[in-house]
Amino acid sequence: MPDDILLTASEVSRRFGGLTAVDRVSLSVSRGEVHAVIGTNGAGKSTLVNVLAGEIAPSGGRVHLQQRDVTRWPQPRRARAGIGRSYQRTTIFARSTVFENCRLTAQAHYQHPLDWWSAAARCPDSTRLAQQAIEQAGLAAQAHRVAGTLSHGQKRQLEIAMCLATAPHVLLLDEPLAGMGPEETERMLSLLTGLRRGHAILLIEHDMDAVFRIADHITVMVNGAVIASGEPDAIRRDAAVQSAYLGDVEETREPERV
Amino acid sequence: MDFAIFLVQCLNAVQYGLLLFLVASGLTLIFGILGVINLAHGSFYMIGAYLAYALAPWVAAHLGGGFFTALAIGLMLSVAFGYLLEWGFVSYLYERDHLQQVLMTYGLILVFEELRSILVGDDVHGVAPPAWLAGSVPLGHVMTYPVYRLFMSGVCVAVALGLYAIIARTRLGMAIRAGATNREMAQSLGVDIRLLYRIVFAAGVTLAVFAGMIAAPVSSVYPGMGNQVLIISFVVVVIGGIGSIRGALLASLLVGFADTFGKVFIPQTAGILVYVLMAAILLWRPEGLFRTG
Amino acid sequence: MTPTHAITARVWPLGVALVALAVFPHVGGKFYIDLVLTTMILAIFALSLELLVGRTGLVSFGHAAFFGIAAYATALLAPNAAAPSLAWLLPAVVIVTALAALAIGALSLRTRGIYFIMVTLAFAQMAYFVFHDMPFAGGSDGRYLYAKPVLAIGGFTLLDLDKPRTFYYAVLGCLCAVYALLALVGRSRFGHALAGISANEQRMRAAGFSTYPYKLAAFTLAGGLAGVAGFLHAIKDGFVNPEILAWHQSGAVLLMLILGGIGTLRGPVLGAFLFVLLKELFQSEALFGAFARHWQLPLGLTIIACVAMMPNGVIGLPTQWRRAHAPVPHAG
Repeated sequence: MPDDILLTASEVSRRFGGLTAVDRVSLSVSRGEVHAVIGTNGAGKSTLVNVLAGEIAPSGGRVHLQQRDVTRWPQPRRARAGIGRSYQRTTIFARSTVFENCRLTAQAHYQHPLDWWSAAARCPDSTRLAQQAIEQAGLAAQAHRVAGTLSHGQKRQLEIAMCLATAPHVLLLDEPLAGMGPEETERMLSLLTGLRRGHAILLIEHDMDAVFRIADHITVMVNGAVIASGEPDAIRRDAAVQSAYLGDVEETREPERV
Repeated sequence: MDFAIFLVQCLNAVQYGLLLFLVASGLTLIFGILGVINLAHGSFYMIGAYLAYALAPWVAAHLGGGFFTALAIGLMLSVAFGYLLEWGFVSYLYERDHLQQVLMTYGLILVFEELRSILVGDDVHGVAPPAWLAGSVPLGHVMTYPVYRLFMSGVCVAVALGLYAIIARTRLGMAIRAGATNREMAQSLGVDIRLLYRIVFAAGVTLAVFAGMIAAPVSSVYPGMGNQVLIISFVVVVIGGIGSIRGALLASLLVGFADTFGKVFIPQTAGILVYVLMAAILLWRPEGLFRTG
Repeated sequence: MTPTHAITARVWPLGVALVALAVFPHVGGKFYIDLVLTTMILAIFALSLELLVGRTGLVSFGHAAFFGIAAYATALLAPNAAAPSLAWLLPAVVIVTALAALAIGALSLRTRGIYFIMVTLAFAQMAYFVFHDMPFAGGSDGRYLYAKPVLAIGGFTLLDLDKPRTFYYAVLGCLCAVYALLALVGRSRFGHALAGISANEQRMRAAGFSTYPYKLAAFTLAGGLAGVAGFLHAIKDGFVNPEILAWHQSGAVLLMLILGGIGTLRGPVLGAFLFVLLKELFQSEALFGAFARHWQLPLGLTIIACVAMMPNGVIGLPTQWRRAHAPVPHAG
């Protein structure tokens, strides 16, 4: 049973001029839980993740990481405190190898101003973290390939690996399955399942089958506000959600839980 | 300070600021819409001033006209020049990164400077304002103020209003604003982006050339004038924000006042006061006063 | 890991160059030695900018400010009568320059991209006006350095920079030291972080790097290293004037980077050499006669041509040629 709440959003709002992109959204994610946020395009999901990650400041509301109020913390500080995120558009360093990509992000945890000159390759801590992350992400065989030569699915895996290399407690994943075929999707889903135990995962996704297979909790957003939040079965049956966008749900066979 | 002297300095500040606005608005239009940083923008100002000097005798001899005829011809030449320059050079800069754009347009500055040196020489020249504008108006009991400077300010205000009218109220302006925010979208909506960019670039060039031409009687015509105005224009754009005409106007006036009154009160630091102002704005509001987007 | 033969391919030209530079004073004439000295000093200047532009992705159009501030600091701090001691003069000049870089960087780095280019240019222009207009610096006439520094312990003179040979090897030594330092930075954690910031700053922030302190540190270090070049320049000429802070200097050093090739350490050195060569060529009256005084015209055209056709510089030419003639790669 997931307890140990790691990340909480309380009445988070974000306005851009006259447009309210996120409207008093509250949610929480616990360790061992996969919390999916779904909604139509423009529902404010990415903006919400940006606020939670610290890339933009909220117009209202608070964000808590474990017991600490991190609303005012800039993104790097939150990242060091344990919030990791991956991006919808792949942001890997294409010219470096898979290993070098992960070692660099791992280095964020080992920044010693007085030791800035030591060779990056010889830092045992970041090397170890990078290797662990690569293994967890299932990229061990590609560790020394140049990142730009990977397939699309592998690049998305690397995106997650880079996030894992910073040893986060919370993972904010923005459409990790974007652009993936069925085989790659399976790989990614088993990766995410494997990560569930040690982390709190907040997931934005459009692939409904995947969401209903993997999520422990689903929040549905429309026009920036939460219209429903609960377990997948409850969401599937929720009338508001159905009318908003799930379509004719009675016909959908309940997929196997992962 | 005597009120008349204060008024004179205010008028000078406004006139200098408005002139800067002409140059800076061309720069910010070109960057905001074409995405090209053009270091050679100051050279257009310099070309304008030298045009005013070189065209005057030719126009007097062959067309019997004066300052305004030269101005009209200069404007036509600069539109054509801007059009050709965009077609032949600037259009190759769109896909390049900032460093490459900076260096290529820097090379262009060197080319323009030397061409000017070869064609017209390196001497400093004066240009006479038209006779009917050459007088002065009384200001208070003792001071007078040159009519031509008032004329300059008036013309700049007219151009500023014209710019606003075009951008805010016409279809061309709509296309410009659309092209600025989303190039592909504008293209798919039927806007001919290539032509639009050419027009905007030519307009930017013409603004700078025009500024140089009307400034010639006041600031005289000398080799380094382009580079000087370029760097100050950069300061204006940094303070006012890229892509914002309103920001350019306010920042130009701010710079005009800072520079003019700075020279009056603290003459030794005259040159650097503008940069101190920029530093202060950076400290307080690094994104500029009116940053768009 | 770079394959060993690739490292060897890079090292032996460096070795050859080093040997050539070391023996040159014994074979070259005075004019050419002076030219090589200028080149080496400009190479140090260009290397310092490479840290900013190449490694960190910060295009500064005002780097001449630090070259000039250091040169002026050298002339101003050196006492008029006696030869100053190298032991305190060089560190003092570098520290003063680094502090200036810290101040200017702290403000400039609050901006990004195009704004950063403009702001650095503006600050350099500000420095130009400070030295041009303020009387303490000698105004547009400049200032002389009356005695060259020496390094002495007790009464025993180790290095007298007034002696041409000694000065030459001191400059060569500084060039090697700066090169080695930047190579060290390149392999270090600091250097890797800078490269990451250059490639994708947002990603680095998301990983937990506060990027502003890194950028400021790079800016300050680059300024300090440019200060070494400025120091040497002041000693070489014995004279400083505001023109060394002119924005044409900032443009020239950027040109050296792009001529040689950004992203390597050999690039700036090669670029400095090519720049001096081109400038001598275009200014040569023997070749161009009276037209030589318009040398900025062919220089400007060369800049445009180089950027347009060789964006990766001379060092990047083999790769550029290979890519142009390579078979179309498989889409991953």
